Amino acid sequence: MKKPKVAFFDFACCEGCQLQVANLGEQLLDVLGAIDVVEFREVMSEKWDKDYDVAIIEGSITDEHAVERIKKIRQRSKVLIAYGSCATIGGVNGMKNGFDLEDAGKYVYGKDYKFFPTIKTHAVHQVVPVDYFVNGCPIYQPELVAVLKAALQGIPYYVPDYAVCVECKLNENVCMYQRGVACMGPVTKAGCNSWCINNGNICYGCRGILSNPNESGAKDVIAKYSIPMDMVMNKMNMYNKCRELGENE
Amino acid sequence: MNKRNIKINVEYLTRVEGHGNIVVDVKEGKLHMCNLEIVESPRFFEAMLRGRTVFEAQHITSRICGICSCGHTLASIAAAEDALGFVPSEQTIALRKLLLHYEMLDSHILHIYLLVAPDVLGVKSFVPLIDTHNKVVRRALRMKKTCNDVCDILVGRHVHPISAIAGGFTKLPRQKDLDDMLNMLEGMRPDMEATLELFKTVKLPEFERDTEYVALVSDNGEYPLLSGDLGSTDGVRMPRQDYRKMTNEFVVSHSSAKHTKLSRDSFAVGALARLNLNYDKLHPKAKAAAEAIGLKPKCTNPYMNTAAQLVECVHCLEDAIEIISNLKAKGVNYDEEILVGVNEQNKIPVKAGRGVGAVEVPRGILYHEYEIDETGRIVHANCIIPTNQNTNNIEHDMRKLVPEIMGKSDEEITLALEMLVRAYDPCISCSTHFLDVKFVNR
Repeated sequence: MKKPKVAFFDFACCEGCQLQVANLGEQLLDVLGAIDVVEFREVMSEKWDKDYDVAIIEGSITDEHAVERIKKIRQRSKVLIAYGSCATIGGVNGMKNGFDLEDAGKYVYGKDYKFFPTIKTHAVHQVVPVDYFVNGCPIYQPELVAVLKAALQGIPYYVPDYAVCVECKLNENVCMYQRGVACMGPVTKAGCNSWCINNGNICYGCRGILSNPNESGAKDVIAKYSIPMDMVMNKMNMYNKCRELGENE
Repeated sequence: MNKRNIKINVEYLTRVEGHGNIVVDVKEGKLHMCNLEIVESPRFFEAMLRGRTVFEAQHITSRICGICSCGHTLASIAAAEDALGFVPSEQTIALRKLLLHYEMLDSHILHIYLLVAPDVLGVKSFVPLIDTHNKVVRRALRMKKTCNDVCDILVGRHVHPISAIAGGFTKLPRQKDLDDMLNMLEGMRPDMEATLELFKTVKLPEFERDTEYVALVSDNGEYPLLSGDLGSTDGVRMPRQDYRKMTNEFVVSHSSAKHTKLSRDSFAVGALARLNLNYDKLHPKAKAAAEAIGLKPKCTNPYMNTAAQLVECVHCLEDAIEIISNLKAKGVNYDEEILVGVNEQNKIPVKAGRGVGAVEVPRGILYHEYEIDETGRIVHANCIIPTNQNTNNIEHDMRKLVPEIMGKSDEEITLALEMLVRAYDPCISCSTHFLDVKFVNR
């Protein structure tokens, strides 16, 4: 069987998700045995000028140049996977959308801000169609491997659409609300094995909001623990600000 | 030959849609232009931090860079705690030092094996090495995996650590965790020795340019990484709060990235700078490694930064083993485990203030500065990354190097320049991408 041609691309991001791939260690060699990686900037300088069987996209779309580039990659790709919060939901880059863009530019780059043209942060699927999503900041490695397997076999992968709380309960963590802290777990998609709460932190919502969150339940919890609404919204917007843009905007 | 025209233009995309070039222009044997431009990714982190609480700064700023996320975490925490006037416990400091050692090891190993080794072996990436040097590739991935695994145990994961926050750690390592980390690190020693043996056979380019080296310095016997004053080989010393006087950012016409200087035209940060300033404080095994590969201070060959990284690997490995052994002997105090929402519960008193964190991360000193209001919200944020501090120094290196090697072919000149830039380890993707070369007017 001919090995599928796979390419990795990065847009506005920290490259931590590529590093998660590199961090597979010797398991990386097994993955490399099943696919033919034709472009992967973090570890290779080789280039490929034909079509891709699978394109794996990291990062958000934050300028016009990126819009054109992602459209071209989409045209050349049979299957497109968005991986990491920046690509799947806009992630932390989305916080920029809460500011006037010119003002944000001037604040960071002073009078030179025009060297850095920018548009509102978009998740990849808000610009081009996406076939598979690997959520998380960073991605959870076992899920990436599961999605790759599904993509290479041409079968669907379903991102869990139940709350992180489900996994968190199975891991027997004490609820963060019971410890007096607001956590995004109740409205966030599971699939990370409640990674952050297992380590004593809260859920920040990096995997995106559930398609049908229990809003009244969340409101009850917020009211029960007297948590200020602006604090909850701030937490929500750390990763999920781009949801306000909708599809293909 | 000396009446030659050379025009080299190396273009690449930086980490995130920014751009950078090496531009060399020689007309009739005279160097007209030799510039390096590195533009940092326009993601507006400093703007986005405004209005956020200082307790969220670590989580957000670790996302500046996946490779250095532990470094950003530690610099961010240092700045936040400085602004709040909070003093961390001895145990917290020991665990943070351990985390920084892991970061240093992980990053240096990645650089030495995946970026520098292909150059030395004359291939384009590590991928062809899977067939030709399988043992070496497996060793590299094994060492990298170990760094990753010990990080997982200590802070949940290496990319964007979970449990290290302002105030301390949300989860402290259990007895078994300490044993596991110790086993893994001790198990890395044979691979480290094999790396050293391999490095003895490597010949790096010869080139000298004396410059000012800047790193953290201190008066105690410890190799300073997590804290200390700012110092230089030209005798400058000042507290970290004065970092702006240390970096003196200025704008140059050919680049939209800011440059820095101190006592002379340029200065360098990173492993070689640290070694030049603090060689005596290295672990004895690291000093032995330095002698074995012919590295002694003051070394002014920038290509030797990679050698300095290897020496630091030995230091960090050995010191990490000592830190864990000490923790085991003393026992971990689990009462120090803190809750993440310390600010929501006013566990740490909040006041208005300004704080600076200066931490030695793999590529040099990383600065974070926050100004917060009386509610703990950030009103002003500034970060200066090591790569920006090195850019000006790399340019000065190139301007001295090009006339010295003008007799060589375009390919050789380009490779020498790429290797020079790569030696500073500016950032993985930038340096990999330097392999795209355009020659004009030949």
